[in-house]
Amino acid sequence: MADVLEKKEEAKDLLVDKQPKEPLFSKKNRKLLNDPLNDNNPITVQVLGICSALAITVKLYPALVMSISVLFVMAAGNVIVSLMRNFIPNRIRIIVQLVVVASLVALVDQVLKAFVYDVSKELSVFVGLIITNCIIMGRLEAFALGNTVWKSFLDGIGNAFGYAWILLAVAFFRELLGSGTLFGFQIIPDAWYLANGGFYSNNGFMLLPPMALITVGIIIWVQRARNTKLIEE
Amino acid sequence: MDVNKNSYTFLFATAMVVVVAASLSFAATNLKPFQDTNVEQEKMQSILSSIQIQVERSQAPEAYGTYITEAIVLQKGEAIDGQDAFAIDLAKEIRKSDEERVSPLYIADKEGKTYYIIPLQGNGLWGPIWGYVSLKQDINTVYGATFDHKAETPGLGAEINTPVFEEQFKGKRMLDSNLTFVGIDVRKGDASTEYEVDGISGGTITSDGVEAMILDCLKEYVPFLKVHSGKTAKATLISE
Repeated sequence: MADVLEKKEEAKDLLVDKQPKEPLFSKKNRKLLNDPLNDNNPITVQVLGICSALAITVKLYPALVMSISVLFVMAAGNVIVSLMRNFIPNRIRIIVQLVVVASLVALVDQVLKAFVYDVSKELSVFVGLIITNCIIMGRLEAFALGNTVWKSFLDGIGNAFGYAWILLAVAFFRELLGSGTLFGFQIIPDAWYLANGGFYSNNGFMLLPPMALITVGIIIWVQRARNTKLIEE
Repeated sequence: MDVNKNSYTFLFATAMVVVVAASLSFAATNLKPFQDTNVEQEKMQSILSSIQIQVERSQAPEAYGTYITEAIVLQKGEAIDGQDAFAIDLAKEIRKSDEERVSPLYIADKEGKTYYIIPLQGNGLWGPIWGYVSLKQDINTVYGATFDHKAETPGLGAEINTPVFEEQFKGKRMLDSNLTFVGIDVRKGDASTEYEVDGISGGTITSDGVEAMILDCLKEYVPFLKVHSGKTAKATLISE
């Protein structure tokens, strides 16, 4: 259905602008996907969505489930708002966006409870808090309200991946150094541990929220060192 | 079409609410059976965990069938028929008067020994707390306990569901030397006797909730258990 509407949308654009049809993955569209991964990352550059990045990155699996949930909410939210963008009364547009996001999140919450119950318990309140994730509202208001469905979809996916990779990177280090595991599998050999006569001990500090902040900080540092565009005067 | 007219705004808002409500309730209704299964399995898992049997949630129904030999419903200290113990909603029962209140009791058989598993339900700081405590055949010594909560503060009250807190209950006693029911005191510091455990620092209200919950829920069972566990138990009690 989205495709059909999309084509109508583009047909309308053609009539108005008399411009040739833009390819699906034109340079501009690819930029929508790539930009949030690095130059305009929602977490490390725009510093949005930090709260959940601190809270659920102790282990990789919950971080992955959270990322997928945000990906779904973001892509679907952007598409729905973009579909309705010419019909939304201007005065209640924020409320409409909020309702769209809130119902998608409620849906995700129900699905998680039904199919990945244990993770949903672990994520607890943070699934509900996706509603207040500034990245999502920000993209709806700043992008989906003024752009075509396909572009909004790409923008949603791009930003969700930008959020996801930071989340997974932070969770990778926190789980590896804090618990010695990845996705629950033991990575650090048992023999290394002090208890077994070795020399190694898990860093309990990695499990606490401050270490997530420090890890995000280190990622920002590395990113800025490599990407000179981001360095302010 | 003028999308900024008042009438249009009202119409749009109404239509939006109807569509959202319909789709969400459709999804909720269809997912309910799956969610209920999960909750049921988790309940079995908790019940088993109180007699120190740890199983994966998916394996819980099978293990539950193996270990739990009997589930009975008590009212005013006596067993009654016609109610499914597992289906009782304890949160509703604790609000009823003592006359109307029904209490489920699970009897487990593990390695030839009988354990009585008593479900608990009470209030923490932010919301309900619940758990299961299992008693040895002498109906006095705690064999194991497990707690959980809905919304206690992470790091403080929420610690009641950690092994560190739960392990303390093992071997504690419920009856004093005169065999009257005294419960377990969740103390602020220096728990030393066999009727006391350490509370959680910064989680005093939740800790008090656990103490009150044990007092409130267990008193229903004491008369029944005294009879049920019979002479063997009495003998153990006296010898201990």
